[in-house]
Amino acid sequence: MNVVVLAKYVPNPNGVPEMGSDFRLKREGVEGALDPGDEHAVEAALQLAEHTGGEVTIVSMGPEVALSGVRRALSMGAHKAVMITDDLLKGADVLVTARVLAAAVRRLEFDLVIGGVESTDGSTGTLPMTVAELLGLPSATFARRIELKDGTVMVERQTESGYDTVECPLPAVVTVTAAVNDPRYPTLKGIMQAKQKPLEHLAVGDLGLSADEVRPTQEVVGVEPMADRAAGEVVEDASQAPTRVVEFLTKAKVI
Amino acid sequence: MAGIWVYAEIGAGGKVEPSALELLTKARELAAGVAAVALGPGATQAASTLGEFGAETVYASDDPVFTDYLAQPAAHALHQLAVQHQPELILFGPTYDSRDVAGRVQARTGSTLMTNVTDILTTDYAQTQIFGGTRIVDVTLSGPDPKLLIARPKAFAAEPSGGKAAVVPVEVLVPDECKKVRRVQSHAEAGTGPKLEDAKVVISGGRGLQDPANFELLGELAAAIGNAAVGASRAVVDAGWVPYSMQIGQTGKTVKPEVYIAVGISGATQHMVGMKEARRIIAINKDKDAPIFSIADLGIVGDALSIVPKIIDQIRAAKG
Repeated sequence: MNVVVLAKYVPNPNGVPEMGSDFRLKREGVEGALDPGDEHAVEAALQLAEHTGGEVTIVSMGPEVALSGVRRALSMGAHKAVMITDDLLKGADVLVTARVLAAAVRRLEFDLVIGGVESTDGSTGTLPMTVAELLGLPSATFARRIELKDGTVMVERQTESGYDTVECPLPAVVTVTAAVNDPRYPTLKGIMQAKQKPLEHLAVGDLGLSADEVRPTQEVVGVEPMADRAAGEVVEDASQAPTRVVEFLTKAKVI
Repeated sequence: MAGIWVYAEIGAGGKVEPSALELLTKARELAAGVAAVALGPGATQAASTLGEFGAETVYASDDPVFTDYLAQPAAHALHQLAVQHQPELILFGPTYDSRDVAGRVQARTGSTLMTNVTDILTTDYAQTQIFGGTRIVDVTLSGPDPKLLIARPKAFAAEPSGGKAAVVPVEVLVPDECKKVRRVQSHAEAGTGPKLEDAKVVISGGRGLQDPANFELLGELAAAIGNAAVGASRAVVDAGWVPYSMQIGQTGKTVKPEVYIAVGISGATQHMVGMKEARRIIAINKDKDAPIFSIADLGIVGDALSIVPKIIDQIRAAKG
């Protein structure tokens, strides 16, 4: 089966991101990487394609620098990639991003689209569902386990109290949590091969979208620091610690 | 017609998902004529609770199609209702199902969708927090109505208005193409004792516990304290030590207990977002430079594995 992965390049996934004077995250000129959540999506796609015989295509939107995220996915083993870069997309919100990704996916032949649950930088957590609806596809979201069965995908879907077993026909959109797998590390061979793999560059005009359709509907108009919670008492003498904790709990009237 | 709607999830026996009551309370502060949409078994029964918290109208359907199949039937019905009644704003709780529905409605309406909302100032002006809740971001919303907002858990306190809702039955035919993703079976993994969101004390464990088996120690501490629940950091959930339903943080649950005890958790921003609004915070960690200490009212520098058993002994002794 052919699998498409929606992948995002995020600035400083393990550090503190920086914000520019335009209240947008700095995406260029800072360290960045393929979103760690998307590595699970790439791994899930690779496993499915390997078992069934098929190709994995990465679809990503972002500035030029975001190519390194796509390359990471290719070096993990994905077969080809589509990268959408356009100045019109600076400051794109989730609706714009969903329209762009859906338009790019629509041009491909696929059985399944896989995404992460939410991006590390924006944390919106709804984009894949919007893409699914735009494509007229069913979706099984928040999957911690995926299994193919007779032309359907069986998913263990995370819930507030446990999980649901969900049956979803193909083609479909699935989002995966970090529990679904352990992403592989690219091998040296994989890294070398990634440079030769097909990579298509597209702009908004290539996708048949108008400037109106990629105009964001959200604008950040201010950012203020939050009143900090101050650090309190610190006990470094371990022998005193249990007593202090019990006194604290007693004073808080919880025991 | 204007107005603010709350998409209210209904659980077993007509129990309203708590976030819906929080959102109704906020909605009635912003505008008159608040309505709730409740879809699935128990919806009609839930109308009285929704009315009590501020819904003047409840669009209700008890049709099991809304729980038997994921997202698509509910998104279809909610969109149809919105086309018919033209609300300005629809508010959603942060649950998995609501996120699915909101994302799909957005594709149909082409309207703006903002998540992690921590405050709503007007129908086109909302706030969120970023960088682990250290900054407040003001966002203006434009584009076609209804604007779609998904709130952070516990962003607002639920308070009853003592009102009563008029129930309007939802008469939307759900087409077969929306009945695609079937919920085959639900499995509960939550432990015994109080829910994380309701417990007076939440004790969470992280990598510093060294081994999954040591989580039992936190269970013992919770039992000794009473009305306490055990949570976890993302690191140990991702490592498979404990189920996702125990995760506290940005991608997990948000708690506001009387006391939060972080055991062996360093305090990644993703974790702090989910617990920093606890009334009081105790942190136990070996590393005195761990970020968690910067927000702890009581910081214990030391080995949790030797300290926690002593705390349990002292509490048991004190309680006799």
